Amino acid sequence: MWNRKKDDDYPQKSANVPQSPAAIPAQTTREVPTQNMSAAPVRTYDPPAPAGSATIGKAVMIKGQIFSREDLIIDGEVEGTVEAQEHRVTVGPNGKVQASVKAREIVVLGSIQGNVEATDKIDIRKDARLVGDIKTARIVIEDGAYFKGSIDITKGDNKNKPKEVSQPSQQLSSPQVQAAGK
Amino acid sequence: MLGRLRSLLGGSLGGAATGGASFAPGHRRPLPSEQTRQSNGLDQFFNSVRDRPGLNLLDFAGANQSNVSYITSMGHRLSSEDFVRSLELSFGHETLLENQANPQLVDQFLQDNLAFPYDSFDGALIWDALQFLSPHLLQITVDRLFDTLRPDSYLLAFFHSDEKAKQIPLYNYRIADQKHLLLQPRGWADCGQYFNNRALEKLFHRYKSVKFFLTRDNLREIIVKR
Repeated sequence: MWNRKKDDDYPQKSANVPQSPAAIPAQTTREVPTQNMSAAPVRTYDPPAPAGSATIGKAVMIKGQIFSREDLIIDGEVEGTVEAQEHRVTVGPNGKVQASVKAREIVVLGSIQGNVEATDKIDIRKDARLVGDIKTARIVIEDGAYFKGSIDITKGDNKNKPKEVSQPSQQLSSPQVQAAGK
Repeated sequence: MLGRLRSLLGGSLGGAATGGASFAPGHRRPLPSEQTRQSNGLDQFFNSVRDRPGLNLLDFAGANQSNVSYITSMGHRLSSEDFVRSLELSFGHETLLENQANPQLVDQFLQDNLAFPYDSFDGALIWDALQFLSPHLLQITVDRLFDTLRPDSYLLAFFHSDEKAKQIPLYNYRIADQKHLLLQPRGWADCGQYFNNRALEKLFHRYKSVKFFLTRDNLREIIVKR
């Protein structure tokens, strides 16, 4: 089903994209926080928006091509290609992606092995792992993230022109300073 | 085994820089403090690539926001790899030097980490990564880097200059500006070998020139022209 490209084949409000029995565990990806927040895991993970995004749950594995016309959250395993040209793709902390990924914005908390291309921004969070080449307008890499590959900053418009980093020493302690183009 | 597990978890190299323990696991030795140091080698390296946007630079410090921001803001493409971490993952922290005698591990390491196309880089920031290689793997690595670099490009490397030291601190090298580096301690490691100037000239004999920079601390900076 992931090979379909026609517009009318896309589920418009699908929070659990795969319609197979394996998709059932995907519904458990939105965990309700317990009251004991002090015992919560260290990893921070913005919960997915309740509407307007599709989720591939942590018990789901997909091989093939994914084209998304809405934001996509991958917390399971994906092999193949992922495209969400005008939208955001988030690889959750449990997500393992062996695929090329193209999107407007890509947020990585889990693992990606493959080339990634973002027209706007790539955000590699702490403990994330990305092996592959990056092409993006902006990039954020948190301390503790693992990246191996090349980084190509594209100059899509004026705001992405190269500029001097005048005070990078002030940025060193901040793990979320954005690279060129901001 | 335990060392390797620590490595895989990022523990032994996590150190203070990534919020880990202030003692290097397995060695119980306090880490040196974070420091900013002037680097004339870095200054010369960036002079060679300044005002020439679109170059392809190799950075063995691993991806971090400081280096990525600084290099890409100059209009360059950056290839990033945490070479020391890759060494640990391939050979193990506790057995880093011994396992470099294993031909299979060496082949796999070279294939995973140094399989770059010929003439693909216009400069390389190697930092102190070469110090942790055994003589055999070191020469292979230096030769691979020679093949990877374009003619007349520069390579920046650091070597400790304390010949009595058995273990040397591992650092994360963060570019602060053209002349300054922030050194974030991440642990301790056994030193592969000690290098004097003559040994370094011999090591880089295929390169056009080797230039040494005197420093006040125990770190010898060299910049090598391909």
